Amino acid sequence: MKKFIAIAAVSAAVFLIAVGSAFAGAQRETGATASSGKVSFSFWHLDTADDQKAYWQGLADAYMKDHPNVTINITVLENEAFKSKIATLMQSGDPPDLFRNWGGGVMIEYAKAGLLRDITSFVKGTEWGKTMAPGVIAVYSYDGKQYGMPYDMGAVTFWYNKDMLASAGYTTFPNTWSGFVTMASKLKSTGVIPVSLAEGDKWPGMFWWAYLAMRIGGRPAFDNIISGQGKFTAQPFVEAGQKLVELTKAGAFQEGFLGTKQADGAALVGNGKAAMELMGQWGPTTEAQNAVNKTGIGDALGTAPFPMVEGGAGASTDALGGGNGYAVGKNAPDAAVDFLKFITAEPANAKYASMGYIIPTAKGADSGLSDPKMKLVKSIVDKAGYFQLYLDQYYSPAVGGAINDAVQQIFAGTMSPAQAAASVQQAYDSNQ
Amino acid sequence: MQGSTTPTAQLRRRQAKFFTLLLLIGPAFVVFTLLIIVPVIQAAEYSLFKWNGLGPLTQFNGLRNFTLLLRDLIFQKALLHNLLIIVFSLLVELPLALLLALIVRRGTFKLAVFFRTFFFLPFVLSEVITGVLWSYIYNPQYGLINSIIHLFAPGSTGIAPLGSPTSVFWAVLVVIIWKYFGLHMTIYIAGLQGIPVELEEAARIDGASNGQVTRLIVLPLLATTIQITIFFSIIGSLQIFDLIWAMGRGDPVNGAETMVTYLYKYGFQRFNMGYGSSVAVAIFVICLAFSVVYQRLLLRGERE
Repeated sequence: MKKFIAIAAVSAAVFLIAVGSAFAGAQRETGATASSGKVSFSFWHLDTADDQKAYWQGLADAYMKDHPNVTINITVLENEAFKSKIATLMQSGDPPDLFRNWGGGVMIEYAKAGLLRDITSFVKGTEWGKTMAPGVIAVYSYDGKQYGMPYDMGAVTFWYNKDMLASAGYTTFPNTWSGFVTMASKLKSTGVIPVSLAEGDKWPGMFWWAYLAMRIGGRPAFDNIISGQGKFTAQPFVEAGQKLVELTKAGAFQEGFLGTKQADGAALVGNGKAAMELMGQWGPTTEAQNAVNKTGIGDALGTAPFPMVEGGAGASTDALGGGNGYAVGKNAPDAAVDFLKFITAEPANAKYASMGYIIPTAKGADSGLSDPKMKLVKSIVDKAGYFQLYLDQYYSPAVGGAINDAVQQIFAGTMSPAQAAASVQQAYDSNQ
Repeated sequence: MQGSTTPTAQLRRRQAKFFTLLLLIGPAFVVFTLLIIVPVIQAAEYSLFKWNGLGPLTQFNGLRNFTLLLRDLIFQKALLHNLLIIVFSLLVELPLALLLALIVRRGTFKLAVFFRTFFFLPFVLSEVITGVLWSYIYNPQYGLINSIIHLFAPGSTGIAPLGSPTSVFWAVLVVIIWKYFGLHMTIYIAGLQGIPVELEEAARIDGASNGQVTRLIVLPLLATTIQITIFFSIIGSLQIFDLIWAMGRGDPVNGAETMVTYLYKYGFQRFNMGYGSSVAVAIFVICLAFSVVYQRLLLRGERE
């Protein structure tokens, strides 16, 4: 019996110690400086493809070789796992030092909560700040302060099948909306799906609504909302919805497009079933990855900017887009900021561009782009007098979510364009 | 030492008992408290604030989250979907499972063993894999169902069960029933095997028909098992998430929204942790109320 008590006591003690140390472990080692001049920081990304992982690892290794006192701890997580892990870390007030971020509304929430480091002094008026277009840098700033930097920034364009357009009698992509609608019905009569739309994921439809509103109302329509002088119920946003209703009624989209996921939508273009999709710079890659032949439609793929709306206030060069970058956590050491500068600089950026994954942000890095279609996307970004970040990232997550929901309702016909616009405004008002 | 009644021995025995209790209950108690009780209390606290999940709780909101929630049409829709899933589980899934269990319970015909395994297979698949699988089956361009349709009606446009706000719920419901009836069937088979064969034999000697044996002998003896499957089925229906998420996140246009997908979307994804917590509290209260009432009313007989 005595022996049993002893075992029980020891087990209980071990158990309590285990629980205790688990708590201690939860209080993470801070990624800051030690007295010996050694610096370590954490670096989180979500690129799980082998060559992409090797790219980031290679950059970290090169940096650590040049800076022997610096240790970079890389964490790689798959997209969804990354997002939920980051959300947890943010709620515990303990962000990684350098982590993948898309700028805009979510970053602003983090910045407001004091979870990000202000790196304005490293960027504003410095050599680093001059390596990128101001509109591109602005995606990672809020209230005049910089919290991160991008390495990839592309525009949303049409990715279309030249052969299918040719069969419908088109050698060039129409540059007006009415021309576009006409083309959609001509394409339909040739027996193909005119447009693939992955509205099951909602954000692909947001691209359409946003671009139409930009073409109709121009920059002022969006600026007025921020300044409070205008609302989402204004004519450009309602008219954008009306144009989408017309296009839907004309049967431009595939059967069941309300439930189509992005991969399946891309597959329709990649397998030569649909003539086009409106998609970001990753369009060709996802089309190829999801195609049966794993290469997509190859040289038959063309790209074109979103057409003008007749009588609209927007410029044809205005662009909707977004990309990838890194935000800087509140406890990040200077070395982390310096590393960010290193990975967004021209040599690294050009190399990544040459791998076909990104539209580079650094000046001169487009030398890495070999595909003329990617060069066109890059030139659209560079020429954009008004560069609008994807609406669901630009606004807070609550407003962005409301926009995506409202657009889906327009496509489904469960809300009129005016009702949808009003629901967005309501979400915007209650979020202020 | 055994049988000794000296005070020290008694004390020692009491100590031993205490340590045994600590050892046996301790780990489960600590884990349960940390992972269940504490989060529930925290969620109740968060639900009273307007909070985006970042930083301290500052904007006390009283019960406003709850009034918003109860008035929200999408939440009402989600709740309705949960109730419909319960209704169809009880009226379709469980009777189907019971019927099949009665057919395949004894290895009287050769295929019985095969069917027992076969019907259980859907339950073995994870929710997410099931969702992805059925998304393919339903796919309007490449899916199995449409391939069959095209075989018989070439050139038809096909159907998109997951692509319409009116059909998506029913499409998902089919998958729910397909996935879970096997579990309930297996529980019934286990229950049926606990019924002594002698009882049925005696009834047959007395001239009872198959139907009478089932109605008067088998089903009454299976009552507790049925009560438990009803309980599991309702709780499962109230909490359903993964399957629906994998088949289109409760959309298009909230067509298959349930309370938990609603919580995830409007709470977590939109950085409304306070509001999301109020949804969580509502789900918790509904589940708890149901459990308590059900245990009191139906499972009482078992204990007495």
